[in-house]
Amino acid sequence: MLLEIKDLSVYYGVIEAIKNVSFSVEEGEIIALIGANGAGKTTILHTISGLVSAKSGSIKLSGKEITKTPAHKIVEMGIAQVPEGRRIFSQLSVFENLKLGAYTRNSQAEINESLETVFSRFPRLKERKNQVAGTLSGGEQQMLAMGRALMSKPKIMLLDEPSMGLSPLLVSEIFDIIKSINKSGTTVLLVEQNAKKALSIANHAYVLETGKIVLGGKSEDLINNDSVKKAYLGE
Amino acid sequence: MEKLIPTLIDGLNLGSVYALVALGYTMVYGIAKMLNFAHGDVIMVGAYTLFVCITTLHLPLWLTFIIAILVCSVLGFIVEKLAYKPLRGSSPLAVLITAIGVSYLLQNLALLFANTKYGMDKQFFSSFLNLGSLKIGNVTISGVDFLIWITTAVIMVGMMLFIKKTKTGRAMLAVSEDKGAAQLMGVNVNKTISITFIIGSALAAIASILFAAKYQFVESTMGSLFGIKAFAAAVFGGIGSIPGAVIGGVIIGIIEAFSTAFLPGSVNAASDGFAFVILIIMLVLKPTGLLGKQTTEKV
Ligand SMILES: Nc1ncnc2c1ncn2[C@@H]1O[C@H](COP(=O)(O)OP(=O)(O)OP(=O)(O)O)[C@@H](O)[C@H]1O
Ligand SMILES: [Mg+2]
Repeated sequence: MLLEIKDLSVYYGVIEAIKNVSFSVEEGEIIALIGANGAGKTTILHTISGLVSAKSGSIKLSGKEITKTPAHKIVEMGIAQVPEGRRIFSQLSVFENLKLGAYTRNSQAEINESLETVFSRFPRLKERKNQVAGTLSGGEQQMLAMGRALMSKPKIMLLDEPSMGLSPLLVSEIFDIIKSINKSGTTVLLVEQNAKKALSIANHAYVLETGKIVLGGKSEDLINNDSVKKAYLGE
Repeated sequence: MEKLIPTLIDGLNLGSVYALVALGYTMVYGIAKMLNFAHGDVIMVGAYTLFVCITTLHLPLWLTFIIAILVCSVLGFIVEKLAYKPLRGSSPLAVLITAIGVSYLLQNLALLFANTKYGMDKQFFSSFLNLGSLKIGNVTISGVDFLIWITTAVIMVGMMLFIKKTKTGRAMLAVSEDKGAAQLMGVNVNKTISITFIIGSALAAIASILFAAKYQFVESTMGSLFGIKAFAAAVFGGIGSIPGAVIGGVIIGIIEAFSTAFLPGSVNAASDGFAFVILIIMLVLKPTGLLGKQTTEKV
């Protein structure tokens, strides 16, 4: 098991945002976490990345306890996050953003290799290498955020609502890219409100409601589940 | 008219020292998003360190300089760890009050030390750095003047290169824009902020060396007015901007020198205030300062 989350509870002050959540991600999979606004999706990703600390429960990466590991070390261990709203460094160039993505790595040759991979995956970033990131379009910013995460050569990539604010055409493009990133060996934990798209590429999925997992299973089973259809697929 | 060039030289000297202190303000503000009110007092600590090393311990000059830089860097590091880090994430007002507290604490400790050791707060250096002088027409420029200008220019360029070209510099820019996103890159935010304080304090130490070489005195309160003017310089140039801090420092220094030299005697005493009038006018015209950028902060 690559990532294993067990009985996780997270509080903001006295408010329990995540209640006893357990799920796991196997190597090579795409796992989707779907849920409405405020369900706690971002909180779970932030807790995995170490930006928010858990009240109780455990998070393990390849069997190793990382619940209390500081955020900057978690990246080094192989977890990269593409945060909600992209959070690229808008004052820096595309190239500088990508270099920051490789902050934890030391071998310049390996970094250059990753850079080539990212540029071939996102040719538009290569064209705009020296552009100030804040002036990129929304879609380009999403690509930069993903490219930046790939620069750390992660074992697992956490994606928080990559489709947010993008046109339907671009959403399809982004999902194709996620699939292809997964094909080339990176495990993916995908958080989405676009449940239809998420379920179409995920192996397994979990449904989160007000901090609790209420449903989980194979994607094709969830797509046909009546309550999922009604609440998340608009059918 | 014959006062013009010497006044300009005075202004450049004063302004360069302001600039070095303003660099520390601007870096700490830009990266840690806090106003380190005690920063000015670091140059006072640096100056006392020099005084003790030179006058009492008779150490060689080069060693004295290294000790002053080390003492200030360690002080900056400790102050951040003990006083500011525990308050990270709490209200900016709490941090500001703490910084003012640290400022008074340092001043009082220095006062206590100077009074017990020397019986008096204000102390004078014998001139410890003689680098000759250059006479052009009837204008004399001393070697110390040149040293001050060159040091400031070199440090400004060095800092810009450091921020732009090194990994640590890039980490600072990342922390400055979005601490959370920086952590997601693997940047150790606490360490980056510590480094920022250490560099800022080391620059203040260099400022204290240049100040002592030129003006040859030290007293416990010297840092506070100095600090406020350097802070004004940082704001004038656009807080967060490195060249802005230097340009702001030089402009404030020149304004001060000219108002001291040319205003009539009775108004002259208010020359300290004059720089602030210019600052206020500047902020009305361009609220972000001369080279400041409009930034949107993320939560
Ligand atoms: N920093 C915070 N302080 C207090 N409460 C918070 C904080 N961050 C999130 N919350 C609360 O925790 C709950 C879960 O928020 P979270 O951002 O994880 O939801 P989400 O599923 O990602 O929602 P969305 O789809 O809108 O992004 C919400 O009720 C939110 O108000
Ligand atoms: Mg969210």
